[in-house]
This record gives sequence, C-alpha cells and structure tokens, in this order.
Amino acid sequence: MNNVQRSVLSFALIACLLLIVGLFQSWSLMLSILNLCLISSVMALGVNIQWGYAGLFNVGTMGFAALGGVAAVLVSKGPVPEAWAVGGWNLIIAAFLFMLTVTLAIITYRRIKRGTLRLLVLSGTIILGIFATRYFSDPAIADIEAVNPALTGYLGGIGLPILFSWIVGGVFAAGAAWVIGKIALGLRSDYLAIATLGISEIIIAILKNEDWLTRGVKNVAGLPRPVPYEIDLQKSDWFINLTEWLNSNSLYGLSSIEREDLLSSSVTEFSGIYVKLCYTGLFAAVLVIILTMSVMALNSPWGRMMRAIRDNETSAAAMGKNITGRHLQVFIIGSAVIGIAGAMLTTLDGQLTPGTYNPLRFTFLIWVMVIVGGSGNNLGSVLGGFLIWLTWIEAEPVGVWLIDGATGWLGGTNPIRLHLMDAAQHMRLFMMGLVLLFVMRFNPGGILPEVTKVGKLSN
Amino acid sequence: MTDIMNATVLLSNFVIIPVLAYGSQLALGALGVTLVYGILRFANFAHGDLMAFGTMITILVTWWLQSIGVSFGPLPTALLALPVAIVFTIAMALFTDRAVYRFYRRKRSTPAIFVIASIGVMFVLNGIVRFIIGPNDQQFADGERFIIKARSFKHMTGLNEGLAFKVSQGLTIGIVFVLVISLFWFLQNTRTGKAMRAYSDNEDLALLSGIDPEKVVMVTWIITAALATIAGTLYGLDKSFKPFTYFQLLLPFFAAAIVGGIGKPVGAIIGGFVVAFSEISITYAYKKFLKYLVPENWAPEGLVQFLSTDYKFAVSFLILVLVLLIRPMGILKGRVI
Repeated sequence: MNNVQRSVLSFALIACLLLIVGLFQSWSLMLSILNLCLISSVMALGVNIQWGYAGLFNVGTMGFAALGGVAAVLVSKGPVPEAWAVGGWNLIIAAFLFMLTVTLAIITYRRIKRGTLRLLVLSGTIILGIFATRYFSDPAIADIEAVNPALTGYLGGIGLPILFSWIVGGVFAAGAAWVIGKIALGLRSDYLAIATLGISEIIIAILKNEDWLTRGVKNVAGLPRPVPYEIDLQKSDWFINLTEWLNSNSLYGLSSIEREDLLSSSVTEFSGIYVKLCYTGLFAAVLVIILTMSVMALNSPWGRMMRAIRDNETSAAAMGKNITGRHLQVFIIGSAVIGIAGAMLTTLDGQLTPGTYNPLRFTFLIWVMVIVGGSGNNLGSVLGGFLIWLTWIEAEPVGVWLIDGATGWLGGTNPIRLHLMDAAQHMRLFMMGLVLLFVMRFNPGGILPEVTKVGKLSN
Repeated sequence: MTDIMNATVLLSNFVIIPVLAYGSQLALGALGVTLVYGILRFANFAHGDLMAFGTMITILVTWWLQSIGVSFGPLPTALLALPVAIVFTIAMALFTDRAVYRFYRRKRSTPAIFVIASIGVMFVLNGIVRFIIGPNDQQFADGERFIIKARSFKHMTGLNEGLAFKVSQGLTIGIVFVLVISLFWFLQNTRTGKAMRAYSDNEDLALLSGIDPEKVVMVTWIITAALATIAGTLYGLDKSFKPFTYFQLLLPFFAAAIVGGIGKPVGAIIGGFVVAFSEISITYAYKKFLKYLVPENWAPEGLVQFLSTDYKFAVSFLILVLVLLIRPMGILKGRVI
C-alpha cells in the first residue's frame, strides 16, 4: 500500500469514527471532538516541524501552548485603567530595569575574560539588578493586584478582536523559543528534552503565580468570541428561518403549538451546533494554511537542507551549513505553530485556566500523535492528531461500556465492579502508552511514514 | 544569645532538617536516574512513575498488613511492606527492559528513541497506578509521628522556637545513609560492581574484557527499582502519595543528576542536596529569622522571601540551566553533554 492509499484509507476511517460518534452519541459532541482534533493537529504539526524535520527533541509543548493562551487574554480583554493608574509606571520602570540588568549581564559576560573578575562583576550586576527591579515591581504588583481582586486585579489586555491573538500567540511562543534556543540548543538530544520539560514547567509556574499578568489561578474567564453567541442567534430572524427551513420535514403538518415548541427546541439545539461549526471553519482554515506551508517548506531546498542536517550533522556542516543557526530557526518556527494552536485552544475554551495545563496532556500526548502519525510526514501529524485525540476522548466511554459489560455478572453494588467503573478513565493513559510502544516497535515510521524521494542520479 | 539560639533553631526546623530529608529522597531518585544514564545511556522519563508504582505496592501491602492487625511498633508499617514492594518493582523494571528497551539496545538506537520509549513506559505505568489506586492523595504513615516534638523541645530548652523532628525524616536520613554506603561498597569492591563501572566507562572495552552486558543491565535495573521504591516510600511517608506529584519529581531528579555530573553516583548525591537546599532556602520566608538577629527597628516589613513556594520546581530548573551554562559536565565531571 503506498502512502496515498494509506492516507485516503486512514482519513476515511477517521471520518467513519466521527460519524459513529455523531450518530450514537450526539452531533454536538462530535463537533467538540472535531474542533479539538483540529487544534491538536496544529500542535502536532509544530512538534513535527521540530522533530520530524530537524530532529530537535522539544518536550516543552505545554509551555508554548500556554504562552499562546496568555496572548489570547492579553489581546482580547479590555485594559483595566485603575490598575494601570496605580501600578503602571512602577511596572514600566521595573521592566526597564530588568532589561537593563539582562543587557548589562550579557555585556559583562562577553567583554570580560573568563575568571574570578567576571564572576564577581556578573553576580554583582545580577544581584543589584534584581534588588532594583523588585524595589519597583513589588509595590506595583501589590497595587495592581489590590484593584478589585474579585473581578480584575490585573492589568488587562488591549481589547482587540481575539482572532489577532492567534498571531500574537505565535509571536510570543517564537520569542520564548528564541531565548530558550539560545540557551539550550546545542545540548545532546535528551538533555534538550530535559531542559525544555523544565522550561515548560517554569512557564506554567509563572502563569499560576503572577496574578498581575493573567490573574494566576483565579483564571480569566469570559474571553470574547470570534463567532456569534448562542443567545444572539436564538433571537435573530434569519437564524430561526434557517432552522425552520432545515427542519421543514419534521415541522410539516404539526399543529401550531406543537410547531412552536419543536421549532424553539431545534433553534436552541442548532444554535449550539452552529457556533461549533463556525469554530470548525476557523480552525480548519488555520490547519489548511499551516499544513500547506509546512508541506511546501519540507519540499523546498530549505526542507532538504533540514533533513540533511537531521540525518548527518557532520556532513551537513562540512557542506557549509550553519547547524546552530538552522536549528534555532526551526525551533522558533515550530514553537510559533504550537503557540498559535495554544491561542486557538484558549479561544475555544473562552477562558485561561493555568491550573489545567498538564504535561501528560499538553506535551506527551502531542508527542504520541506525532510518532503514531508518522514523524517527518506533515499529513501524518494531522492524522495522528485526529486519531489520538479521538481515542483519548472516546477511551473513557468505551472503557466504561466495556467494563460494564464484562463485570455485569458481578451485580450492581459489587465493590470491585464499582472501583473498575470508576477507574476506567485512567485506562486511556495505559492505552496511549501501549499504542506508542507498539507503533515504535512494529511500525517505527508511523501510520504515514516519511516520504523520501529517490533522486534521479541514484536510479 | 537566646536570640541567636532561637534563630538557629528556627532555621534548623524549617530549612536544615527538611533539606536533609528531602535531599536524601532526591539523592536516591537521582542515583536511579544516573545509574540508568551511565549504563543504558538514556534519560529515563519513566523513573518518577516507576517510583509511584513501587510506592503503590507498598501502600497496598501496608493496608493489608494493617487490616490483619500487624504493626511495627513505633515505626511505620510501610517498612514491613517495603521488601515485597521492592520485589514487585524489580519484576516490573525487568519486564519493561525485556519488553521495551532490550529491542532498542540490540538495534543500538539513538538516545532520543530510548527516551521516547521511556515516555511510552511512563504512560503505561502512570495508567496502571491510577487505575489501581486512583489519582488522589493517600496517607499511609502510622506508628509514632515525632522523634522530637516542637512543644517538648521548647519545654526542654526554654526557647521560643520549637524544633520538630519527624520519624519519617529520621528514617529517611538513616536509611539513605546506609543505602548509599552499601551501594558504594558494592560498586567499588564487588566483581559485578566493577563490571558495571567498567561498562559505564567504556562499553566496547568492557565487552572485550568478557563482561556480559545483559547481566550488567539486569543488575542496574534491580538496583534502580529498589532505590526507586525506597525513595518513593520515604517521600510518601514524609509528605503524601499522589501519582502526579511523583511524576513531577522527575525534574528535580534530572536536575540533581546533571548538577552533580550525570553518570556519577557521588555526583547524584551531591546534586540531590544542592537542589534540595536551593529549593527550600530560596522559597523560605526569612522574616522571622531576621527579626531575631537584627535590632528591632531594622526588622523587615516584607516576608523576605526570594521566590514564592510555587516556584519550587522552577528553582531546580534554574540551577540546571546555570550548570549547563557554566559547567556543563556538572560538579564532578560527568559525561560531556
């Protein structure tokens, strides 16, 4: 079976699975799953750009996704003028001092030769800088967080449409990736993994604690939507007419009261589905754009160079390629894609909840998607995103259903049965691990393996 | 004078004793990570979950012992359950090696492939633990709680500040001390230990000298699993058992192993204490401590805390970055990265 047949077959399978969910559970649930599948696919594409193209082992996906979430808050929420008034200047001075410290530290590090003198000057600069920064930032933060803490207590954002945050999220993640890459790239692959894992934990820790920025664990809820609200839809005439037209078959021949009832309930139901469909359209558009760009990049001379570097760094360096520079570049691009996906996710949720970022779900699950889908193959990552997210979500109801069936003979109140029913949701972790291990062992290329074109000369 | 005594006791109570206990737990975990790194040459992401698995078995056996009325006097019953748990965990570790890692070892795969495989093992172990015991906090400490109680210490010395020394802390420090000494004796003096060090130093040379690699790997897993179970149980007795916390301990373990010099057992121990000391001393609020030492009108207004306690894991990573930048081989010249 070649890759084209495989792709068609696997995507047809996913379509069937989604149909089954729609028919047997509900269409609304199917669309929720589909939306998250699309976002997961974008994240998986980001990881694939780093790992599949260039062999960079980044397990900090969670951190970049969270930065995208921050962008969603900072772009879409309106500013809090009181907070700016009480703490704005102090905070700006603190930020300036912080930058100054970093710049001075870098200059010291570069200008003075290695030795005791450098160590002394460097530590002196950093310690002085920290005290100076905190002298301004501590009161600023206290003042800002004291402004109506139950509702705001943070600086707010700039109040633009939330769609802009998708781009800003990418920029935030790219900026962080630049800093991280400068520090950590060039480490051995598994060290890079440890370093990025740590950085992502730090980003989450900052989000949880810096209340002035994103309200910390108090969460920012009620982000404005890029799509209509259900309530507005239910009141607008065109939407009611549309629902009436769609349901004209079942509405036909009913008495006027029954007709009113059925129509209003279908309008309520359809408004939810309509909103989700709007999201699906937006996410699918982003996915198609990023996928197209990724495919084009991979097939370009740049993509060939990346793969050459991945497969043999020494020989690529001998051909005059700047390994560190290319690595930094691909690290930034991949992280930006993850940041965009993170902003999309927060947009869909309508809120930023730093407490829910968990490396198992936001980092390692994405890795399972990439490996299972086929590392190095963009379409494979999309496929992995769909397949793994579907499995991850549906493992719980299916697990409960299986255990219910298998232990039915034990009777309704049997403690073992109750424990198993309760614990069925954790089987999905177990399943994910098994899927990952089996694919790695018996099908290391993934479902859609990387396509390596054979050049004319070697034929 | 009393003020200085009070300040010392305060610091011992909130910094020094916790650092000793936590540092010992980290040292045991980091030893496991560093041994696997030295012999099998990959960073084992499943180590935290192996620890959780071992601790879970300890807890289950402890519950069973408690239900039939067995106890260990003033010491926690978990110590009686520990040997059983170690056996199970060793079996699990050997099974994962046989089922997963051996294949890649024979293929001589790159470290990245090993790490991804260990992520798979991590998921599986995590799933098993949550499936059997659930994702919630479990307390399983019993017996006496304190060696020295804060109140009786105050009574004894007449100081303002109390010093509490928990049984779990005493046990941790004692057990880790004995374990580390026997581990080093094993590595330095026995034939197998020497074979392990030779294999870690230079694989090909060791193979030429007739060292059986499978045996070395097996012994490594046995030691790692035993250390992980003990570390997990001691951590659980000292704090509490929660699968997710154990997974998160991975970061300080890696930090400790790398700070000390990865692949070097002594380094892992030094690293464990360095990380524990930095985590606790940077997130401790020194307000009360300074109040005792400085004249009254100098007393600080704020908490005098460098970072909030939620940044604990961030601290271990900051140390990691610093070490990677300044001395990439770690304190004790481990493998070059």
